[in-house]
Amino acid sequence: MEKFTTHTGTAVPLRRSNVDTDQIIPAVYLKRVTRTGFEDGLFAAWREDPAFVLNDPAYAGATILVAGPEFGTGSSREHAVWALRDWGFRVVIAPRFGDIFRGNSLKQGLLTIELPIPAVERLWALSEGDSRAPVTVDLTAREVRAAGATWDFALDDFTRYRLMEGLDDIGLTLLHAGAIAAFEASRPRFAPAVA
Amino acid sequence: MTESHTARATTLAEKVWDAHVVRSAAGEPDLLYIDLHLLHEVTSPQAFDGLRLAGRRVRRPDLTIATEDHNTPTDNLLTIADPVSRTQIETLRRNCAEFGVKLHPLGDPEQGVVHVMGPQQGLTQPGTTIVCGDSHTSTHGAFGALAFGIGTSEVEHVLATQTLPQAKPKQMAVNFAGELQPGVTAKDLILALIAQVGTGGGRGHVVEYRGPVVEALSMEGRMTISNMSIEWGAKAGLIAPDETTYAWLKGRRFAPQGDDWDAAVEYWRTLRTDEDAVFDSEVTVDVSTVTPFVTWGTNPGQGAPLSASVPDPESFVDEGERSAAQRALAYMGLTPGQRLRDVAVDVVFVGSCTNGRLEDLRAAAAVLKGRRVAPSVRMLVVPGSAAVRAAAEAEGLDQIFTGAGAEWRFAGCSMCLGMNPDTLKPGQRSASTSNRNFEGRQGKGGRTHLVSPPVAAATAVAGRLAAPADLD
Repeated sequence: MEKFTTHTGTAVPLRRSNVDTDQIIPAVYLKRVTRTGFEDGLFAAWREDPAFVLNDPAYAGATILVAGPEFGTGSSREHAVWALRDWGFRVVIAPRFGDIFRGNSLKQGLLTIELPIPAVERLWALSEGDSRAPVTVDLTAREVRAAGATWDFALDDFTRYRLMEGLDDIGLTLLHAGAIAAFEASRPRFAPAVA
Repeated sequence: MTESHTARATTLAEKVWDAHVVRSAAGEPDLLYIDLHLLHEVTSPQAFDGLRLAGRRVRRPDLTIATEDHNTPTDNLLTIADPVSRTQIETLRRNCAEFGVKLHPLGDPEQGVVHVMGPQQGLTQPGTTIVCGDSHTSTHGAFGALAFGIGTSEVEHVLATQTLPQAKPKQMAVNFAGELQPGVTAKDLILALIAQVGTGGGRGHVVEYRGPVVEALSMEGRMTISNMSIEWGAKAGLIAPDETTYAWLKGRRFAPQGDDWDAAVEYWRTLRTDEDAVFDSEVTVDVSTVTPFVTWGTNPGQGAPLSASVPDPESFVDEGERSAAQRALAYMGLTPGQRLRDVAVDVVFVGSCTNGRLEDLRAAAAVLKGRRVAPSVRMLVVPGSAAVRAAAEAEGLDQIFTGAGAEWRFAGCSMCLGMNPDTLKPGQRSASTSNRNFEGRQGKGGRTHLVSPPVAAATAVAGRLAAPADLD
C-alpha cells in the first residue's frame, strides 16, 4: 500500500447523497479477476450523461472527490475503492460513509475523510468557482486546508499510523500467530467445520 | 468461543465479540477469530491472487466454504454464456482446488446463494463469527451469530489468518413493539424500519432486533430482517437464539450431533443480552401501524405503505432528502401524488438472499394458487438454492408457479443484481423481493420496487403494485 502523509490536489464536487457502491461501479464491471483497471467502470451509468461532473474537462486530473452524505453505502465490493483509485483519486471527503466502503478504502490507501456538511458545502462552492483551486489533505496533522480555511478531521491513531507507514494488515496480524494458535486450541468441539 | 465471565452486563453481540478476541491491545483494533468464512466468485479472485503472490496458504480450509451464485445462469445448469462470467467462475474453481477449499459449484445439490447455502447446511450457528465478501452476510445474524460483510482485502486477511482486526462497534437495540396486523411480513417490518431511520441510521452499530414480534417469527422471517441490516447501514443485525433457532438447526448436516448438540445448546442458551445491559442507542418501531410496504425511490429508505401515494419531494424538510427524492422520482418515472397501487410493473422477481427461501416461495405460491400472472407481466421465481428448489418441487410449488404462468428457475442471485443474464431492460419496472432498489441495480435503467413475497405475487396477478387482499 502506498504511504499517505500529505496530499495537495484539486477537487471534484459531487453534489449527491446516498452514492451507493452500485453507482460507483455497476455489477457488470465486477466480473473481472484482476485488481486494477477498474477506472472504466467508475460511475459508468452517470458518465453517460455529458453534463456529469466527471465529464467536465475542467476537473481533469482532480484527485479529491467531495460528495454528499452516505457515500459508499450498499454492496461490500472493494471494486468501488479500486475504481476510484484507478481513476486517480487519493481522497474522498463526505459527511458520512458506508462502513464497509470506508473500511475497504482505508485498507487500500484511499483516504476517506468525514467533514461536516457546512465544510463540504464550502469545498463544493470552492471547486465549482475554481476547478483548479488546491485542496490540501494533511494526514499528519489530520487537517483539510483550502482557500485559507482549515478543518480538522478524526481518524483513529492506529489507522493513521498504518496509512502513513503503508503497512500490510496481514503481515501485522501474523506477528501474533502464537496468539491465534492458542485461541484455536481453546475452541469448543461443537464449533462448526465443513470437514 | 470459550465461555467468558465478565462482571459487566453485556449485550448478545458483545458476548459473541468477547468470546472471539484473540488479542486486544490499547489503541489498536481487537483481533477477532472467525469461525466461518463463506466465499463466492465475485469478491474472492483478487484475494486468492494476493495469497499466491505472498506465498501464503489458506490457514483453515475446514472453516471455509465456497459457492457459485452471482454470475450463474438460472435457466440452465450447464452453460455460462458470458465468457467474462465464465472466467470468474472457473477462477473460483481453480482457486478452491489449489487451496483445498470446499466448493458447491453450479449443478451441485447444495449450490445456491451463499447466505442460503450456509444456514441450510447447519453451518450458521449461534454465537459464531461469520464473514463473507458480501454485504448481506448480516443475514446469518438471525441465528445469534456475529456476521458481517467484508471487502476483498479482508477476505485475503481471513484466508491467511482466520482472523480480522476490528474496531469494536457501538451497540443498538431495535425494539419491534406492538401487535402485528394480519398480512404483514418480516419484509414489511424491515422496510418500515429503514424508512423510519434512513439508510445511514445504523452506521457504526451492531444492532439487535428484539421484541415479541421478532420472537414469533420463523427463522426465514428472521433472516429476512437480519439480511437487510446493511440497508440501513448497520454492521450486523443479531436476533437472540431460542427454541425456534434450535429446532431449525437440529439434524442439519453440520449441526452438532449427540453430546456435542447438548453442549452447544447449553452454551447457546447463555447468548442473551443481560437485563441490565446498556445499548448505545435504541430505536422503537410501532409494528401495529405497519401495513404492506413498498419502496418508491432509489434507496431502501425511500419507502411507503402500499396504500399511500408517491410523495411530493417538496414535502421533505431536509434539502438533501428533497433533492434525492427529486432525482429518484425522475429516475423511477413517477409523479408526486400518484397512488402506489396504480403503478404498473413489467417484471416480478421472487428470490434472493432476502426472500428466496422455502417459506418465501410458499407465501408467493399461496397467492398464485388458482390465479394467473397478468399477460403484461413476466414473473421469475428463483429459489435461493438448489436444495430450496428441490424442497419446493417436493411439495408441488413449482406446479403452482408454472401453472400460473410464472417462470420456475434454477438457484442463484439472479435478478437481485445485474451480473448474470437475468436483468431488467432500460425503463422496465419491477416488483422485487430483493434488497436494493438502487439505480441500475437490476440492470441498466431498470426501476425497482422492493416488496414482500405476497405483495410480489399479488402484483404479478394484478399487473400493478398490489397486496393479496386487493385480489379478492
